[in-house]
Amino acid sequence: MVGLATVFGAGGGTSSYQEVETTDLIVMWGSNARNAHPIYFQHVLKGIHNGAKMYSVDPRRSETAQWADLWLGLNVGSDVALSNTIAREIIHAGLTNRSFIENSTSGFAEYAASVEEWTLEAGSKVTGVPGEAIRELAHALGNAKTAQICWTLGITEHHNGVDNVLSLINLALLCGHIGRPGAGLSPLRGQNNVQGGGDMGALPNKLPGFQDVEDDAARTKFENMWNVTIPSKNGWNLTQMFEAMEHGKMKSAFVIGENPAQSEADGAHATALLKNLDHLVVQDIFLTKTAELADVVLPGSASWCEADGTVTNSERRVQRVRKAITPPGNAHDDIQIILDLAALMGHSWKYDSSEHVWNELRSLSPMHFGMTYARLADLGGIQWPCFSEDTLEPSYLHGRLWAQKLEDRGRLAPFSVVIDSPPVEKTTPEFPLRLTTGRRLDSYNTGVQSGGFQSPLRMAETIDMSPEDAVSMGIVDGEIVRITSPRGTVDAPARIDDGLRPGLVFMTPHFPDEVDTNLLTIEAIDPKSGTAEFKAAAVRIDKISKSDIRVPVAGE
Amino acid sequence: MSTQVTTGLQVRRSVQLTIDDQSVTVAEGETILSACRTMGKEIPTLCYGDTITPKNACRVCMVEVEGSRVLVPSCSRKVEPGMVVRTDTERTDHSRKLVLELLGSSVDLSLTKNVARWNTEYGSEPTRFGKPAAPTNHRDEATTGHHHVADGSSVSNVLQPVKIDNELYIRDYSKCIMCYQCVDACGEQWQNTFAIGVAGRGFDIRISTEFNVDLTDSACVYCGNCIQVCPTGALMFTSEHNMRDAGTWKEEEQTQTDTICPYCGVGCALTLHVQDNEIVKVSSPSDHSVTHGNLCIKGRFGFQHVQNRAE
Repeated sequence: MVGLATVFGAGGGTSSYQEVETTDLIVMWGSNARNAHPIYFQHVLKGIHNGAKMYSVDPRRSETAQWADLWLGLNVGSDVALSNTIAREIIHAGLTNRSFIENSTSGFAEYAASVEEWTLEAGSKVTGVPGEAIRELAHALGNAKTAQICWTLGITEHHNGVDNVLSLINLALLCGHIGRPGAGLSPLRGQNNVQGGGDMGALPNKLPGFQDVEDDAARTKFENMWNVTIPSKNGWNLTQMFEAMEHGKMKSAFVIGENPAQSEADGAHATALLKNLDHLVVQDIFLTKTAELADVVLPGSASWCEADGTVTNSERRVQRVRKAITPPGNAHDDIQIILDLAALMGHSWKYDSSEHVWNELRSLSPMHFGMTYARLADLGGIQWPCFSEDTLEPSYLHGRLWAQKLEDRGRLAPFSVVIDSPPVEKTTPEFPLRLTTGRRLDSYNTGVQSGGFQSPLRMAETIDMSPEDAVSMGIVDGEIVRITSPRGTVDAPARIDDGLRPGLVFMTPHFPDEVDTNLLTIEAIDPKSGTAEFKAAAVRIDKISKSDIRVPVAGE
Repeated sequence: MSTQVTTGLQVRRSVQLTIDDQSVTVAEGETILSACRTMGKEIPTLCYGDTITPKNACRVCMVEVEGSRVLVPSCSRKVEPGMVVRTDTERTDHSRKLVLELLGSSVDLSLTKNVARWNTEYGSEPTRFGKPAAPTNHRDEATTGHHHVADGSSVSNVLQPVKIDNELYIRDYSKCIMCYQCVDACGEQWQNTFAIGVAGRGFDIRISTEFNVDLTDSACVYCGNCIQVCPTGALMFTSEHNMRDAGTWKEEEQTQTDTICPYCGVGCALTLHVQDNEIVKVSSPSDHSVTHGNLCIKGRFGFQHVQNRAE
């Protein structure tokens, strides 16, 4: 969100799902959408069947790559190097959209100079992708009338995740693949309301509707509505909060619907910090590992089926969630819990329904103003922005960049100079393998939700490795091995996957109670987004004897 | 005929035609069936589904078109300017009676919507051919030429045991009318997984995994998009199957609530079917722009975590 907001002023994907069905070129970069976003991938498949070319950029030859015209298997964390190389090739081949660059962007000269060193040879050396393949993708981008550049956590879960996003935005700007039907940037969100959390101001620097905390006029509007004084400085993001816990500057926490004890990189460290708090309150639908550490647990309701409200998806579509079942026992609606807490603190907040809360939001956030509950129901959700109750905006953002008159184009989109920055943790003789992480089709994050149903596809956690590495280490499929990073050790069965290249191993975060993958991952943080480098740790694999297995493995 | 009909961003020309002596104007590209539905006229359909390109398999929606020697399938025939259509003649009724009797005598249509009413309406008597043959275990082994003309002592049918080979859904091919919708949903039209296809010929035709392996050994990814399109209950959530077996499935007591999937950020629309405060089945609205009725394994089956309640 930070990258898109920096360049375009709006932290949302610029295109709609349906546009990928009619585009000429689809680039799936750091995204295994076939498994992680299956219904978005159905739209991609429509595009492919309609004649679009699809390129997959991913260290793994994933289920998504299997549908690609060409797979670019880059080294983990070399995304900036690859995009800079593509950019130089587009520029040198004369395939840029010159009038768009001239009319609608800024900073091109400086950017062009910054990528000049990235010849195909130089790029190939750093990324591990053959120069000819890089050239092919560059020319495909340069020649396509419309292109969709899509990405997921393979781009953002790095210590330089924001730079990765900026480097992809640069490619769109070079070719004018933005602000037109079928041309745009599509980040696929990892969770059902990541976008909506941002929309509603659950960011340390934003008020609802992406209005800046540090903008006096915006703050005043909210202060008048709420009759309080809002701190005039940006708050902390999650990572900064953990830092503050470490330095004793943050002594209590109120955690709603998150499981940081298991979802944070370097999980043992996160748990220790949470334990050390003076006061921890957790509001959740389960007694998660985080809730087990809490002084007070408030049983909430499942927002998607036990309560009314809205969520926002990856194409900025705000949609209604509705109560279908009654939550068990003493679990309460989350809005009610907040109101009860406010009352105990001496504030009488009067809201009689989720719609009442929503209408207040509409009155404060112009981009949501046109979205009444009735319209959301009638139209199958509405994409933001929606400024009035009787109109809808185009399905893509930033058409203004193509306006005839300069004054209608708004702020020109800046190119960003981005510097290649390899993963913080280098592989070494002691830790020679690169560990990356991702999701499987039938499971989800720490397994709190997906563990509830029986899946015929589900296997216990494994360490996936290339056939070459397995042979050289004498490891057979299913053999339990020990995986060690500079931070921790887990045991798991090996699984041979010919989609992995030598030197690359893969695990999921789905089964933390059996194999806690985040004991291995590194807490290297992107200072701009606060996201940790889940995608790149250095590990070693050791053979062990059966009597030596020390972490219980599911099924054993 | 110069009117323009606006549908979304596209502007389509309109077409005027006559159906049962009534003039009607619809957008170019519509079918006779959709034109009839616009007029509030019911045409029986079995194999037609609104998210799948029609295969014209069941032939129950046939209508007369002036100038056409044979009856035409209304579900796929596009409207043309000046077309004269009759949906309710002796010939169409006789055709529908025949289709309902042949299908009804060989397939279990007990869970197919509206069939009982149509049988009455068209005077169809599926039982009039005689005693049904006993269920067989051998339909999946039939090879071309294997099927012999019956001796007349019983009525040939497709009755067979229910296939239960995984925790999530069952396949009861005694109820299969070979509409092809599950194959198309699993294949190129939506899911592109190609776990199932059509095997056999003639009366032995059937839906099968490759080499008839269990689903757990097939390419199936348990999206359940086949269940979504199945019009006869041949494909069914295990939860529904078990409740029907136990006599506790009470559709008339169920509520249906639209909401959004709790997993990834795509934002798929779910319809939760709830009975006694339990989610018993999940479908997706076929007219939703995100899903078109399709879900993945998590959206379709991943609801159990909210009802693994302590007793």
